[in-house]
This record gives sequence, C-alpha cells and structure tokens, in this order.
Amino acid sequence: MVDEQRTEAKGLKAEAEPFGEQPASIPQLLVARELCKSFGGIRAVDRVSIDVPQGSITGLIGPNGAGKTTLFNLLSNFIQPDRGEVIFNGQPIHHLQPHQIAQQGMVRTFQVARVLSRLSVMENMLLAAQNQTGENFWNVWFRPGQTIKEERQQREYASEILESVGLVHMAQSYAGALSGGQRKLLEIARALMVRPKLVLLDEPAAGVNPTLINQICEHILQWNRDGLTFLIIEHNMDVVMSLCDRVWVMAEGQNLAVGTPTEIQQNPQVLEAYLGQ
Amino acid sequence: MQGYVVSLVIFTAIFAVFGLGLNLQWGFTGLINFGHVAFMSLGAYTTVLLSLQGVPLVISVLGGAMVAAAMGLLIGISTLRLRTDYLAIVTIGVSEMIRLIAVNEAWLTRGTFGIQRFPLPLATFNPAIPIRVGMIVLFAGVLGLGYWQWWRWLKQHIRQVPRKSLVKSSIVAFAYVGSGALLVYGIGATARHLKQTNALPPLGLGFGLFTATIAFIALYVWLARTVLPKVAEWSAGLTVVCNLILALLGLWIARFAITAIYQYDRNPAKTGLMFVAVLLVGLIYWALEKLVRSPWGRILKAIREDEDVTKALGKNVFWYKLQSLMLGGVIAGIAGALYAWQLTTVFPDNFQPLVTFNAWTIVVLGGAGSNAGTLLGSAIFWAYDTITRFVLRDIVPLEDSRLGAFRIMVIGLILIVLMMWRPQGILGKKEELTLGR
Ligand SMILES: Nc1ncnc2c1ncn2[C@@H]1O[C@H](COP(=O)(O)OP(=O)(O)OP(=O)(O)O)[C@@H](O)[C@H]1O
Ligand SMILES: [Mg+2]
Repeated sequence: MVDEQRTEAKGLKAEAEPFGEQPASIPQLLVARELCKSFGGIRAVDRVSIDVPQGSITGLIGPNGAGKTTLFNLLSNFIQPDRGEVIFNGQPIHHLQPHQIAQQGMVRTFQVARVLSRLSVMENMLLAAQNQTGENFWNVWFRPGQTIKEERQQREYASEILESVGLVHMAQSYAGALSGGQRKLLEIARALMVRPKLVLLDEPAAGVNPTLINQICEHILQWNRDGLTFLIIEHNMDVVMSLCDRVWVMAEGQNLAVGTPTEIQQNPQVLEAYLGQ
Repeated sequence: MQGYVVSLVIFTAIFAVFGLGLNLQWGFTGLINFGHVAFMSLGAYTTVLLSLQGVPLVISVLGGAMVAAAMGLLIGISTLRLRTDYLAIVTIGVSEMIRLIAVNEAWLTRGTFGIQRFPLPLATFNPAIPIRVGMIVLFAGVLGLGYWQWWRWLKQHIRQVPRKSLVKSSIVAFAYVGSGALLVYGIGATARHLKQTNALPPLGLGFGLFTATIAFIALYVWLARTVLPKVAEWSAGLTVVCNLILALLGLWIARFAITAIYQYDRNPAKTGLMFVAVLLVGLIYWALEKLVRSPWGRILKAIREDEDVTKALGKNVFWYKLQSLMLGGVIAGIAGALYAWQLTTVFPDNFQPLVTFNAWTIVVLGGAGSNAGTLLGSAIFWAYDTITRFVLRDIVPLEDSRLGAFRIMVIGLILIVLMMWRPQGILGKKEELTLGR
C-alpha cells in the first residue's frame, strides 16, 4: 500500500515539471519539503512538497478538505509540522515562531477573514507595520518625537494601500462595521502593510462580489509587478487562471500535480480528484 | 472633616493606581488576573522591610515594584503560553499563597502581628510656608491638568450639539438630577429621624426604607424612560450636568486637600502621603495614557482581541503579554507601598482576596480599557464606601456587622444593574467591550 503511494508520487514528479526545470536564474523564495501533519488518525498533510519561485503568483488548489489551509498553517508555523522542512529566502524557518516568520517577510491571511473588529480600520493597518519605534514602551516615553514621526509616515502608507482597495473612506470606522467582503480586502491590505516578500492568501475571493474580485485580481497583479510574490489558495478557477503562473494541486493531504493553469485544467488526475468528490 | 477628606483622597488615589495596573492587564490586554492583590502585598512588604533597614524610601518603593514585577515574570513565564483561563486560576492561587507565606514566615514578616512603625514619606518634613505654597502650586497644577483634560473630553463630547438645545436639555437634566437628590435626601433625613426617635420598630423602618427606595428608583427610571427622551439632546444635557456636579464636588474636595497642605504641620504624615499619592496618580495616569495610545498599546489591544492575528502580523504576543503583566504588577506594587503607608501597619489580613475584588469593581465600574474610567471608578467606589460607612449607620436599622455585609451586597447589586444597563462601564466604549466575548 505504502509502496503504491510512493510510486504514485514518483510518477507525479516525472509527469509534472520537476523543480530542476525551473530556469536557474529564478531562485525559489519558498521551498517546503515532505511536510507531514496528522490530527489524531487523520493525515491532513502527508509528505507535501511545494515551492514558490521569487516574483511569481503561485496557486494552490484542491478539493475541500485537501489540506491546503493546514499546509498554510505549517508553512507559517501556526501548527508545528510532524516532519519536513520549510526554507524561506534561503533560510530554514520551521524552527521559528509564527511572529518571527512574519518578521522575515512571509505573512499569511486566514481563510475566514480575521479583522480586529474593536480597532479602527486604520489601527488594523498600523498594527501591521514592522519595527516601529513605539512598539517599545520605553521609546514611547523617551523618544516621543521619533514615535510620532514614524506613526505619521505609516499612516500615509496605510492610506495609500487602503485607497487602492477602496477602503479609505472607512479608515476611521471600527473594523467590526465592515462587510464580509470588505473584511477580506482589509486583511489583504493589512498583510501588505507588513511590507512582506511573500504573501500567503487563503481564498481571497471567497465571498467577494464579482466586480470586486476583478479589482482584487488587478491589484494582486499590480503588487506582483512591484515585486511581491504570492501563494494563493483559491477555489474560483477564473481567478486561478487569470492570476497564477504555476498551480499546485493537493488532494487528500498529498501532492497531486503541478503545472501551468492550462496544464492543470487538462490533467485527468486533477479532474478526477475534483469530480470524485 | 479635613482629616476624613484627606484620608478619602488617599484611599481613592491608592486604589486608582491599583486599578490602573489591573486595567492595563485586563482592560487593555485581556489578561484575567484574579490575584492582583499579590502584587500589592509584595510591593507593600518589600517597601516596608527595605525602609526598616534604612534604605531610602524612593529606592524601597522601586525595590517593591521590582519584586512585584519579578512575580509577574514568574507567573507569566509559567502560564502565559497556556490558555487565558490558566492565568486566572494561577493568579488566585499565587495571591493566597503569598498571603499564607506572610502569615507563616514570621521571621521575615512578623506573621499576623504585622509590621508597624516603619518610615512614612514626608512624615518628618516640616516645610516653611513658601515651600508649602510651592507644594500647593504643584498639587493644583496636577489637578488643573486633570481638569483641562476633562474639559477637552467634555467639549469633544458636546461639540456637535447646538447651543440652544444643550442649554434646554441641561436645565431639564438639572431638574431631574436635582429633584432626585432632594428626594433621596428627604428619604434619608426622615429615616434618620425615625431611627433616632425609635418611632418605628426596626422591621417597619427597614420595610419602609426598602419600599421608598424601590419606589424612588421606579419613579426615576420611569421619568428617564418617558420624560427625558422627549427633550432634544437629553443625553448631552445629562452629561453636562453630571460632569458639572462632579467637577464642583472635585473642587470642594480639592479645597480641603489644599488647606491640609497649607496646614502641613497639623498632620504631616497623612498630608505628605496625600501629596505623594496624588502626584503618583497623575504621573502614572499620564504615562499609561501615553502608552495605550502608542503602537505598544495598539499591540496590547490587538492581543486582547485575537492573538493569532497579532502573531501573524509579526508581533511577539508572549513577550507583550509578559510586559503588560509585569508593568501592571509594578504599578500595583507602587500602590502596595502607598497602601502600607496609609494603614501604617502591614499584616497579612490587609491583603485578602476582597482587595482584588475591589480593584475589579473599580475597573468594571469605570469601564475596562479606559484609564480615566478607572480613576472615576475609584472615586465612586470610595465615595460610596464613605457615604455608606458614615451615613447608612444613622439610617438603616442594622447593627454594624450586618451593615458591612449589606454594603457589599449593594455593590454587587449595583454591578449587576450596571452590567445590564451599560456593560461597558461608565466610560468604556461599547465597541471595545471586553466582557462576554
Ligand atoms: N485542527 C484540526 N484538528 C483536526 N483536524 C483538522 C484540523 N485542521 C484540519 N483538520 C482536518 O484536516 C483536513 C484538511 O483540512 P484543511 O482545512 O487543510 O482543508 P482545506 O484544503 O483548506 O479545505 P477547504 O478548501 O474546505 O478550505 C480536514 O479533513 C480537516 O478535518
Ligand atoms: Mg481551507
């Protein structure tokens, strides 16, 4: 049984483009090798490998319960993997704490948008800024000038991002007053406020109206042109097709396939995994 | 009278400081600390013991604060990675443990006999008149700053209300509050007369008082429901009137305090303590207000709401929770030193869990996550305490020991009503409600 799975995995690698075929000039920003995680008896993630080239928009798809969100949790170390390693920007990060990983430049969003509803939209944004002088209470008392100056700059930057997702008019309202779609937007905007290298988006288009989806896609493309790398979980195939350079497919906690969106669409195994549901 | 007022101011200040510590931990960070008194007792004992060894008072207090912080560190390291409930349980345990250690380790703490005759701040200080005037100026300066802040807050609150309807609604609100106060006074005076003359049997008097209270509350709730809302901007008017009354009350009390400073040599220990305590409240309040409006405070508020999101945005949640717990501990330790100086004797029974309960009452009453609310809560708490201690005795047909229990029961009742009517506390923001999440 185990052997069968192994050969299957090998076959998969031979079929999909192996990692070596990537042009050597494009380094991998994120590489995960053989990640495993079981919850009790369920193998939610089983020897999954994935890599995200620098500057790409990489997709991650799969049927419900395939283990995509769990994989995000493993990558960002919100859940400790049982086995496997994660290398970000050339450094192993699986021993780091979640906040350290974010500080290294890899932020994740949550499948169900989690905004801080008792803070204002602007405060949600400002929270995400890194290395603020005022994050140290000593500096708040003894370096007030610097603190206030930085705060003003961050506020400007936050307004720019909010402007681009169309939330700037809500900046002073409590985030709890936002609609579901607006919360998704705020979460993406907040992730950008970290000034990351890589953003992990968990279903950014879920529950967002179609016109807004188009807007989000355009923004993601724009941010990508500005040098940001994305790894996106998404069920909406139109979004995947229009955004992604490469798509990884997971099913039942394992790697199923990888390729360009068109290749994936024609891959019989992928079709079977989806239709088999 | 002056002596009472000075002592009232001191107690209010001590518990304002104590409450500010809890408000930082629970109100802003969401850490449930049911053993806040432990920080206070460590602060009190350390300060007193150090100063008995001849260490200068300022350094003794800092020492006490450091010991309290160290306990925060220990508790934090052992529990803050766990779920929040564990912190609640551990803090209860630790506070009782510390009290029991204080009872039993008599070589250090003199056990239940307690420690007396330790140095008090400014107690042997006998300033010349110009220096007293200087102290008064400083004291008044702190008060003035407080009033200025208050005025700015009030102005912000009523900015959008048209002048004319504000005046109108203020008059209505004044009539409402004033008539209510007169009625309460009338009921109280009648009851007092009846009790003194023994015109009624205690049961009859008690029943009468009870009925009168219920009838009074019913009448004024009914008025508030039916008459007040017909007036435009009634809530702004009510705010103005209440604030005005509070401000005048504050000035009335400040007058006594300032006279006390002027007559410093009459009771140097208490006056000196009052002076120090009020300055400390001002300083700590200011420092905390700075903090909670800073990026640091924003991280605490984020943790209060969702630790995972805060982590995902690159903040070391554990470290910030630890800082909050320790800083709150430092503040409570300082309150402990003040408490020891006020009581002039330190023994374990001063640090019953009831003291923690009082701090929670103050913070909940004033509004979690509002430093000004904590100050107000402390003032209300001690006003209530004084009034019921000295006034109820003449009115209610209960003997003293039962009266004590009765007063605490009424606090519980007030808290229940407050939670139903205004769960966020007097000055808390509804949108930032930390209870019942
Ligand atoms: N904390 C957990 N405890 C137990 N089982 C879990 C846990 N998290 C996930 N699982 C299980 O792991 C499997 C994968 O879940 P996951 O959330 O990763 O799926 P997904 O691919 O994100 O699905 P969807 O597209 O519906 O979001 C599911 O069977 C789920 O029940
Ligand atoms: Mg998912």
